[in-house]
This record gives sequence, C-alpha cells and structure tokens, in this order.
Amino acid sequence: MGLIVRIRKRFSFLFKWFFKKDRMKIGIYGPPNAGKTTLANRILRDWTGDVMGAVSNIPHETRRARLREGVKIEVDGKSVVLDIVDTPGLATKIDFHEFMKFNLSEEEAKRRAKEATEGVIEAIKWLDDLDGVLLVMDATEDPFTQINVTIVGNIEARGLPLLIVANKIDLPNASPARLKAAFPQHPVVPASALKGLNIDSLYKSIAERFG
Amino acid sequence: MEGVQLNMISKDRLDRMASMEKIRMILEEVKSGRIVVLETGLTPEEEAKLIEVTMLEIDHENFVGIEVESYPQKSRGFFERLFGKTKGRLTVIGPANRLKTLDKKEDLITALVQLGEG
Repeated sequence: MGLIVRIRKRFSFLFKWFFKKDRMKIGIYGPPNAGKTTLANRILRDWTGDVMGAVSNIPHETRRARLREGVKIEVDGKSVVLDIVDTPGLATKIDFHEFMKFNLSEEEAKRRAKEATEGVIEAIKWLDDLDGVLLVMDATEDPFTQINVTIVGNIEARGLPLLIVANKIDLPNASPARLKAAFPQHPVVPASALKGLNIDSLYKSIAERFG
Repeated sequence: MEGVQLNMISKDRLDRMASMEKIRMILEEVKSGRIVVLETGLTPEEEAKLIEVTMLEIDHENFVGIEVESYPQKSRGFFERLFGKTKGRLTVIGPANRLKTLDKKEDLITALVQLGEG
C-alpha cells in the first residue's frame, strides 16, 4: 500500500473526529444469518415506519447492499441522523449445495451463490465509504469466526467507530457475555432485533457512538 | 505417501512480497488443494482483499472458497494506532472443502484437514 494512502487511512479517524459530519453513513455488517436486515428493518420501522428488505432463514438473502438515507434517531435529547447501508453477509466460502438443503433447485441455488459472491465484494467495497459500523453478531454462536475477526480488524485499521450488536438474545443459548469477552476493546450491546428486546438501549448506544 | 501438502511461508518471505503477490500466491496454492501456513499472516486489509479475490475465483463447481484460521488482532494503544504498523498473526488458509474449523478461541484454534475431496 502506498505511503500516502497508509497515512491517510491511519489518520482518518482523527480527521473524522475534528470534522464530525452532521450526518453519518453507517454500515450494518456481519456474517450471513446474523440478523443484519432484521435489525435494519427494526430501526427503519421504529424511526421511519418503513422497512429495508426481505428476511429469510436461507443464508445470503440480502445479496445487494441497500442504502436508506436520513434516518433520525432521538434518545434522551440526543439525536443522530444516519444514512444506513444494509450489506450482504460476508463469507469466505459460498457453496451452492448449501442452498439446495433449503429446497432450492440446482439452478436457483447456483444463481443465488453467484449473486452472493457479488454481494460479498460489494459489502467489502462499501467499507471505504462509511463513517461507522454496526457489526451484528449472532450471540448464540462462537464469536471468534474468521469473518468477525476480519471485519473488526478492518474497522480498526480504518479507524471507524464500531458498535457490536450481540443479536438473538431471545434464544435460550445466547451468550452476549461471550461476545463482550471476545472483543473487550469495543462496546457490545445485547439485543434481539426480531423481538425488539433491549432495543431502546441499542438506540441510546447508537446515538452516543455515532452522534 | 497420500496426504495434504502444507506450505509454510516464513515472515521473511512474506515481507518481501507485495500484498497482491501474497494473495495470488495463496489462492494458487489453495486452488491446487494445498494448505498454506503464514508465519505472520495478513493485515486486515489484505484479508479483506483475499476474500474479495476469492469471491471472484469461485466457480461453483471445483472451487467454493477458502477457510481461513487466524487469531484476532491484539488491541493496541493510542500511539500504536497512530504510528504502528498492523501486524498479522499466524494464519492457516486452505480450500473450504478440505479445511474445516472445529473450534476457535482467542488463543486456540482447532481445525480438521480432510485428506480426500470434501
């Protein structure tokens, strides 16, 4: 990487701190099926009355990044205006056979796999145009997945503010404490985007972190 | 003797390579069914680039992606963030149909290498 590019990236968080925008572009990131679009839908429904996109239990349901501009979140007198980017799930492998387990035909599964690979690339490209990241992790799963490690590393390298959402706390085997222990250097907010559990606390953290 | 070839790349060799050179080397080895062990791993930006290029290489028949095993970055102080170079940690990369993560903790990664085609 060129020296100038490296210096620019290294000091970008200082520039962002000094010249804080009145509107932040926030990316919702995470592995497939962590609940990114469910969270985006929850935020949009609560603050705009709209939704971001369809959700399903088949991985890689979101295969194109979606942008929703001007979402105003107000909590305890503190407000923040966000442009929210719901990104496709990041993965290091995409096997169309996995989709066939959900009763998709081979043709559909291959098409979905191809679109999913394009979606991963799109999600990575978006990282360079963001002011902050909401990283959605499934609180029922092992936090040290390669995707989580890679996303956190990239956000840290770019100096972007990060808020980790320990999602799916409505499920009995959820352990937000395990996530907090895994990434102690970043704020972690337990929540259930689906059921709306602890969602007010999440909005408060969003307003504080990105406001 | 039947088995899986492991290529262990030293820090010195990695330091001499440009980012894209490392990524191309890794993908060529992995697509040939070999496991690559990097003494110092990749930077987060290189990891993201590796994922990006992997996605372009997936053909949905013979190559479905990679499995990467590495430890999280150690948290760094303010001055280290400003002036320090991000260092990667020991990393193992293999074809997704041969290398499988069994368990991953902060300081221990357990993985399985399959001998035949997965």
